[in-house]
Amino acid sequence: MHYRGIFPRDLFAELERLQRDFDGSPSIRGAAPGYPAMNVGTTPKSVEVYAFAPGMTPEEFDVQVENGVLTISGERKDIVAPEGATIHIGEHFSGRFRRVVSLPDDIEPNSTTASYRDGVLHVCVARREAAQSRRISVQ
Amino acid sequence: MSEKVIKRENASEESAAMRPAVNVVEDATGITLYADLPGVPKEKLSIHVEGDNLILEGELEINSPPNMEAIHAEVDLSRYRRVFGLSRELDGNKVSAGFRHGVLELRIPKAEHAQPRRIVVQAT
Repeated sequence: MHYRGIFPRDLFAELERLQRDFDGSPSIRGAAPGYPAMNVGTTPKSVEVYAFAPGMTPEEFDVQVENGVLTISGERKDIVAPEGATIHIGEHFSGRFRRVVSLPDDIEPNSTTASYRDGVLHVCVARREAAQSRRISVQ
Repeated sequence: MSEKVIKRENASEESAAMRPAVNVVEDATGITLYADLPGVPKEKLSIHVEGDNLILEGELEINSPPNMEAIHAEVDLSRYRRVFGLSRELDGNKVSAGFRHGVLELRIPKAEHAQPRRIVVQAT
């Protein structure tokens, strides 16, 4: 549900609202790319996943690695407006979320670590030693 | 000519910011604004009141390994920015803020004269 802003002067808000209304959702699971937004990177030794999920506590995340797939899920509680208060803008995602990332074949699922800082969940999945390129010395 | 170039640079700087999602709740004594700013440490957050405008800005700081190669990025800008117009009854000088787990909570009280007052009806 999109609430009209209380600040009608914000032209960009209005344009974005129009765009949201006209774009439609190409996916049955809603507007891509989903919540939370994610960045994924790799190093020779690890796969690094960052999920931008503010307003949580570390205990509220469920992070699992199974069959080469990383799943991040949880629930963000809706704001509770005090009695008699009005919600003018309600853009925050709330409710249950779940996102899935396929990991490369060379991961070591048992050495996965996760930390939560400044509203970003960072999951680091180690990769197997063998997959790391090794320099062969020429005799 | 050079001024135009500068202007264009400024314009692209302005647009190269993500718009944080907000919730705005109003009660009898003021407005509470919650802004999602994941990835922004407290030191990189700035809240300004300029005239009638409330300006929220924050810079992301993600400590990724230096040799990391990005393969998928949905967050590809390094800052947030959003401006709100404050209406006259709000007291921009008394804004208080809290920041926790990437969510900024701003309280903007209504000016004294705009606070609701109960009028007692006298029996005559």
